[in-house]
Amino acid sequence: MKPFITHTGLVAPLDRVNVDTDQMVPKQFLKALTRQGFGRILFYDWRYLPGEKPNPQFVLNFPRYKGASVLLARANFGCGSSREHAPWAIGDYGFRVILAPSYADIFYNNCFKNGILPAELTEQQIEELFKRTEKEEGYSLSIDLPNQTVRDNHGLSYKFEIVPSRKEVLLQGLDDIGTTLKHEPEITAYEKIHAATATMFDTVDVKNYSPAH
Amino acid sequence: MPPKTLYQKIWDSHAVREEAGQPSIIYIDRHLIHEGTSPQAFAGLRAEGRKVRRPDLTFAVMDHSVSTTDRTLPILDQDAKLQFDALEKNCREFGVRLFDMHSKNQGIVHIIGPELGITQPGQTIVCGDSHTSTHGAFGTLAFGIGTSEVEHVLATQCLVQSRSKTMNIVVNGKRPHGVTAKDIILAIIGKIGIGGGTGRVAEYSGQAIRELSMDGRMTVCNMTIEGGARAGMIAPDETTFAYLEGRPFVPRGKAFEEAVARWRQLKTDDGAKFDTTVELQAEKIAPQVTWGTNPGMVTGVTDRVPHPGSFTDVNDQKATERALVYMGLKAGTPIVDIPVDRVFIGSCTNSRIDDLRAAAHFVEGKHVARNIKQALIVPGSRGIKAQAEKEGLDKIFTAAGFEWRDAGCSMCIGMNADVLPPHERSASTSNRNFEGRQGKDSRTHLVSPVMAAAAAIAGHFVDVREFAVESVE
Repeated sequence: MKPFITHTGLVAPLDRVNVDTDQMVPKQFLKALTRQGFGRILFYDWRYLPGEKPNPQFVLNFPRYKGASVLLARANFGCGSSREHAPWAIGDYGFRVILAPSYADIFYNNCFKNGILPAELTEQQIEELFKRTEKEEGYSLSIDLPNQTVRDNHGLSYKFEIVPSRKEVLLQGLDDIGTTLKHEPEITAYEKIHAATATMFDTVDVKNYSPAH
Repeated sequence: MPPKTLYQKIWDSHAVREEAGQPSIIYIDRHLIHEGTSPQAFAGLRAEGRKVRRPDLTFAVMDHSVSTTDRTLPILDQDAKLQFDALEKNCREFGVRLFDMHSKNQGIVHIIGPELGITQPGQTIVCGDSHTSTHGAFGTLAFGIGTSEVEHVLATQCLVQSRSKTMNIVVNGKRPHGVTAKDIILAIIGKIGIGGGTGRVAEYSGQAIRELSMDGRMTVCNMTIEGGARAGMIAPDETTFAYLEGRPFVPRGKAFEEAVARWRQLKTDDGAKFDTTVELQAEKIAPQVTWGTNPGMVTGVTDRVPHPGSFTDVNDQKATERALVYMGLKAGTPIVDIPVDRVFIGSCTNSRIDDLRAAAHFVEGKHVARNIKQALIVPGSRGIKAQAEKEGLDKIFTAAGFEWRDAGCSMCIGMNADVLPPHERSASTSNRNFEGRQGKDSRTHLVSPVMAAAAAIAGHFVDVREFAVESVE
């Protein structure tokens, strides 16, 4: 995974609370077999009119937000379905940072698996950023993960909190599986005592591809 | 020993590695996978040359995109077919048991886990699906994960997790006649809001929860995620043990008795502290109907569609305005005056045998209203379907004008052909009323099975308490 250290980019505002992951990637796109190409899909039903014509009413289609890489959002961003297609779409679209007052748990977690920083600011700070984004065309922000700051070119500087272990994952672009497998002996030790196999006492109609354990 | 919550007990018994200041490594007892969120995880394993560590603890099922009509016909949706083929190939290559769409035990992943006894108290269970919280009804720690974590569990049988905060949701008193588990959970979400449980694991307790059947408890835990909490659990009791006894994956005889003795320890100790406690009084809960575009936009059936101005928060006002436009509703409209186009009784929330019995009991001898374009009954599993047919419920439904379908996720998510058309309105027993959830521009009202059945008969929402309905879950 690509590490995240600092990022400066154009801000796009999405002024809605409780944006759910069904909106980010509608169900008809959940049949893909790969993680690629979801940027085109992001906010599909909001973003497009029939025939995939850009909907001029939708904020990401405003010319001034073209090329945005910082997504300014409202509370409980990413609620609903666990579909990781949502952060795949956000990342593939070009966003590297989300700024919101709060996030839904599963979405928040999924962002870190994809090198996206979901930074949490207060409601007041987010409100101020919405005002500044609307007022100034080309408004951009610089996000510094080591120092945990969000700054603009006019002296605004906000500090955000992040759990140190999560910060480390982004800074180093860590492969979670590789990290866990370093503790393989502990997993094996646990399994020796717990984690008995799932025994079937009655026949069920299942394709038994499982090798003998 | 200091008193512990049920969550803490399960956590402690699954911690493979704990280190101060670091997230823990937690062992996963059962990993459920489906065709929608697993292909990229298997591709990841393949790319790294990794294996499935515990194929014997991994169960795959086809549910999201399966047809609910004749499965002997060729699959016309080529993308769905590719997904099914990929799941089959992955299961074969990595040695994972698969309930394919032709299995007699096929069904929605969260229905068949408990039905077959794969789900048992005290376990940790994950699945790439947010409604994994359903399994918490058995006193398990069960939650949804993303595809990267699916890959992580396949490779390591573990997850890297930090302890959540805890939330005690107490539903005191006795559930009134006509009020179901679905109404209880919708009322809870209405009270705490859809972000109210974020960062928390919920435990449900109180008389009204204890008096629910396992089917009802699963409905409550299923929608925990709609209140923002990733997992919700109910301590196992006699109801739980009676449900589990004799199911295919549940031990028999002496081994069962020993298991029950262990399971009895799975409860929150007296004096254990929760980070938050929320209390509701069951007597005050009316049958619930959602009016908006998330499950927290909900009210009692005797209420009216709210006015945006009735909310204090400006963001809530804007969200309400937007929701009413999307839903094609005017503020102030009585809920019972809202007409319905289609009815869907199904989904991992409400497609179990108790749900079907309640709906069938209501519609017996009646017929769906003329304005209803379609009324679907989609059992959660083929096992439930067979049981319902044994009881003659299918005949009751078809005589009343409902379609009797095969098992799957169906119109809850509309990944197969069961889609709610644009601007049409459903009374649906599913779990999400998000914009476009059941179909682009479709309008979903979430209700209980008996409320959905009643809406089908009347053609609009009605208060089921006015009818002689059986005490249902």
